[in-house]
Amino acid sequence: MQLESMYQEIILDHYRTPHHKGLREPFDVEVHHVNPTCGDEITLRVKLDGSTVSDVSYDSLGCSISQASASVLTDLVIGRDIDAGLTAHREFVALMQSRGEAVPDEEILEDAVAFAGVSKYPARVKCALLSWMAWKDATAQAQEHSTMSEGDNDDRDS
Amino acid sequence: MSQPPVATHAAYDVELLRKDFPILERRVHDNQPLVYLDSANTSQKPRQVLDVLTEFYEQHNSNIHRATHALGEEATEAYESARMKVASFIGAPSADEIIFTKNSSEALNLIANVLAWGERGLKPGDEVVITEMEHHSNIVPWQLLCERTGATLRWFGVTDDGRLDLSDIDTLINEHTKVVSFVHVSNVLGTLNPVALIAARAHAVGAIVVLDASQSVPQLPVDVQELGIDVVAFTGHKMCGPTGIGMLWGRRELLEALPPFLGGGEMIETVTMERSTYAGLPHKYEAGTPPIAEAVALGAAVDYLTGIGMDAVAAHEREITAYALSALTEVPELRVLGPTEPVDRGGAISFTLGSVHPHDVAQILDGHGIAVRAGHHCGRPIHRRFGVAASTRASFYLYTTTSEIDALVAGLDKAKRFFG
Repeated sequence: MQLESMYQEIILDHYRTPHHKGLREPFDVEVHHVNPTCGDEITLRVKLDGSTVSDVSYDSLGCSISQASASVLTDLVIGRDIDAGLTAHREFVALMQSRGEAVPDEEILEDAVAFAGVSKYPARVKCALLSWMAWKDATAQAQEHSTMSEGDNDDRDS
Repeated sequence: MSQPPVATHAAYDVELLRKDFPILERRVHDNQPLVYLDSANTSQKPRQVLDVLTEFYEQHNSNIHRATHALGEEATEAYESARMKVASFIGAPSADEIIFTKNSSEALNLIANVLAWGERGLKPGDEVVITEMEHHSNIVPWQLLCERTGATLRWFGVTDDGRLDLSDIDTLINEHTKVVSFVHVSNVLGTLNPVALIAARAHAVGAIVVLDASQSVPQLPVDVQELGIDVVAFTGHKMCGPTGIGMLWGRRELLEALPPFLGGGEMIETVTMERSTYAGLPHKYEAGTPPIAEAVALGAAVDYLTGIGMDAVAAHEREITAYALSALTEVPELRVLGPTEPVDRGGAISFTLGSVHPHDVAQILDGHGIAVRAGHHCGRPIHRRFGVAASTRASFYLYTTTSEIDALVAGLDKAKRFFG
């Protein structure tokens, strides 16, 4: 097998030196996701600032694919617009579900294109998606909170 | 139907046995020979079993117990004869006490479910005792039983060297204990548990003893009467048989006293719109059309193992395990979860390799044609006990060779260098 098709150098680099790792303050929402088939876990925090993702921090336990994927994710979303992050999320999920067939859009996915090879290994797709699912969940909750607190403000104003 | 061919091997010749398993000729990933070290997950199947499976569908296929024609009689005869083979294989006093299920999990769920109600049903204040080294299928059904009945779940801990901590056996198993359910040979640690000792204490307080023998029946001579237990669960696919067929054995007086599990065809005596009465053993616990071909092929698997001799299978397992333990404990940064000496131990060896994640270890090994399992192997609590989320597991069977262990050790070295 071409182990290198899965373990691209970019992935190994992110695995050995993960970006933005560790849990940080301040944050709006913290989520905890697990991969029930293998026991891998991630705790992930999101801080939003209006429509911008101002920080994503995480602490995780998992294989090289899941660790590198979390690192790549944070590079793609921190400091960017939420919508841009969600677009990247959609692209990444589609890539991972493509069974090696999709040609990833490097404009949108940047380093995450390296995961194209992982999509050929169904058992490892969940590893790559763990942090992305956690981020989407946390972001949705954070947006809900901010809408609710805006609602509270409106109430007070009226 | 014709008798399935029985393998006979005077002296243990692993290379000769391997020829019975077509899949062991497979090449994977760039034409590398398959090194299959995942038999605790599922065993491979010999030609003798595959032929019987095919022959059943080609020559004898019919439903059983209800077809009054030639094929129906042949199929019924083949199915019931498989039951007799299984009974004799595990030393059950009567074939009627063998219940075919779909796997070990269903067998364990069966017994846990029928203890939820009826005369022997559990009540608040009653206790169920399991162990920290159980497979999820011997944990969750008992959690569900306790939730349903208000009974309390308790468990034995595990020592650092992977043995059951029996120091509190006399308080843990007490006058409130109604069921003690534990694994014969752990699928994670490999530990062989002292069945007779635990069963004696359980029986002294009047508790039912349930044994999960999923890993032991394929590997060791098992005699349920000698072990002194009340119920045993095991599965066909780990003992050279097909998937989709498991077994529960229970003492007749116990199974007769317990209520039915699944309702449906074949398990009844009479049915009115108001109520039903139930068939006797074993049909009471076999609602619906069972896995007929699978049972027949399982019978062939029993013949196959009997032909080799379970003493010989167990001796080979011991030899391979000793060889593997000694080779693996030499690998730098490798930590075995469970006993590191081949004493009272089955052939599953779970380990961690430095900081390399088990998924990555398994992926690199797979890249070299070596099949192992990575993850928690349906034993999350026991992994937590040893402070890890997951491990890599190599497991062996009657066809495993020492050169396959050597390939594993070489593969681990490659994995470490890849991620180093």
